[in-house]
Amino acid sequence: MAIKDKLSGNEAIAVAMRQIDPDVVAAFPITPSTEVPQYFSQFVANGQVHTEFVAVESEHSAMSACIGAEAAGARTMTATSSQGLALMWEMLYIAASLRLPIVMSVINRALSGPINIHNDHSDSMGARDSGWIQLYCENNQEAYDNLIQAIRIAEHKDVQLPVMVCYDGFITSHAVENIELIEDEKVKAFIGEYRPQHYLLDRDNPISMGPLDMPAYYFEHKRAQAEAMKNAKRVILEVAQEFEKLTGRKYGYFEEYKMEDAEVGIVIMNSTAGTAKFVVNELRKQGIKAGLIKLRVFRPFPFEELGKALSHLKAVAIMDKADSFSGAGGPLFTEVRSAMFDYAKDTKAVSYIYGLGGRDVRPDEIMSVYQDLLEIARTGQVKSTFNYLGVRE
Amino acid sequence: MGRMIEIRWHGRGGQGAKTASLLLAEAAFDTGKYVQGFPEYGPERMGAPITAYNRISDEPITIHSNIYEPDYVIVVDETLVSAVDVTAGLKKDGAIVINSAKDPEEFRPLLKGFEGKIYTIDARKISVEELGRYFPNVPMLGAIAKITKLMDEDVFIEAMERSFHHKFATKPHVIEGNMRALKRAMQEVKGL
Repeated sequence: MAIKDKLSGNEAIAVAMRQIDPDVVAAFPITPSTEVPQYFSQFVANGQVHTEFVAVESEHSAMSACIGAEAAGARTMTATSSQGLALMWEMLYIAASLRLPIVMSVINRALSGPINIHNDHSDSMGARDSGWIQLYCENNQEAYDNLIQAIRIAEHKDVQLPVMVCYDGFITSHAVENIELIEDEKVKAFIGEYRPQHYLLDRDNPISMGPLDMPAYYFEHKRAQAEAMKNAKRVILEVAQEFEKLTGRKYGYFEEYKMEDAEVGIVIMNSTAGTAKFVVNELRKQGIKAGLIKLRVFRPFPFEELGKALSHLKAVAIMDKADSFSGAGGPLFTEVRSAMFDYAKDTKAVSYIYGLGGRDVRPDEIMSVYQDLLEIARTGQVKSTFNYLGVRE
Repeated sequence: MGRMIEIRWHGRGGQGAKTASLLLAEAAFDTGKYVQGFPEYGPERMGAPITAYNRISDEPITIHSNIYEPDYVIVVDETLVSAVDVTAGLKKDGAIVINSAKDPEEFRPLLKGFEGKIYTIDARKISVEELGRYFPNVPMLGAIAKITKLMDEDVFIEAMERSFHHKFATKPHVIEGNMRALKRAMQEVKGL
């Protein structure tokens, strides 16, 4: 029987970490992720986990310690936000390139400057090419579920890549909502014991990690890394199927909400997807065929699947809670539209950048996006491809 | 199809409005509801105005924006009535409850033409008498439970007692006083 509870996103993640009971957690506090290592350190102090908790002096050190621990053969986790993730930057690439299955919660917060503690996706979007798998979460339930699945995905022998589980700072991290937890023993059985194939403390099979890699082999290593990310696509679905058997909760690359007969739709990530579902329901009451796709897996990017899922729409808005400052839309827009070039050529696509720095996103604003899409669907004309939502111009 | 109730809390940093919104969410959860309890974080410091929110529904809640048209507004510090637009967006058939020793109608001229119900509760008096210190949030919770009739009163009281046992696990001596403050507040709301 599932355990019904009410928890904030950060509490839910700390509970999942307690159930996972990793060998090592190395973390440095930063708003709004601070509560995760804070709650977890209480579990350590109470003896509820066997984890070695390393209180480091910066996020660069946190990720460095995670890399060292994971390379030694330890199941390793951490959490951070915003500037903390930015300070980890060079180590993020090393974690992925050394094929170390570290699992990290990223509690999404805007990057400075100006300094801002509130939510957008500029932190994790900036890390999108670091080689980490990225899972995005609408609410506390998905954050909890994704963190547990992330262990299995990361450690799979065909993947061996680190995973970021990204959820919205404050909106998800600090809001208390209903949640269904899995029993401790079932979580432990689901994730299994960590048995790395190659690790530094394996005295019988000594290896070195991270030495100088000259032009003779560097490219092959990068090619193998890219292949691991492709393998992750298969593994993510396999793990999701097993997770559904355990919990009844279904996960894929993305959630399609009222998309079957939809004529207009939006592609969106994290908590605002929930607000947009509310808007879709309102539109459906008026007989308008609106739908939405909530992207869960941004890395690896479900190029073909997402492109095909949009092919029957007349118009789609791709919504980014981060700007690329390219003058040509946010990162999600760029990639989704690239997929549509192959699979959804007849669907008109427009970009909306919204909610930067925690600007609240109201249902009526999402409604205005659907109104724009209905106009595009009616006329076949796109007046403005690149748009900002909810900003004073 | 049950309706969704939306509540906005106005308090000052340090008074426990955020905690109160979380306690209300917990109590409503215990009675089988779907809940949200979340603060709006600003550059917080002791005494600065803060806002917190609740959504309570019989069905799952997916909306994740702030609340702009609340059914109820709770003002934990009466000096905020003139400092903040506390009735902004408050539904006409909604209600506001203010922590004050005054009578409800004394506030009507200050509430920018608000036509709905006004309630007051002297949370300071109750808190000081029952707890020996000024913690207004528990009496405010009692008042809002009474006014909204969201939950059966006995069920609400039981749920709050469980919450207190959890919250005050390390200082059980304060549970009794908080329970008295809660029950008194439910009887002493003015404007019913």
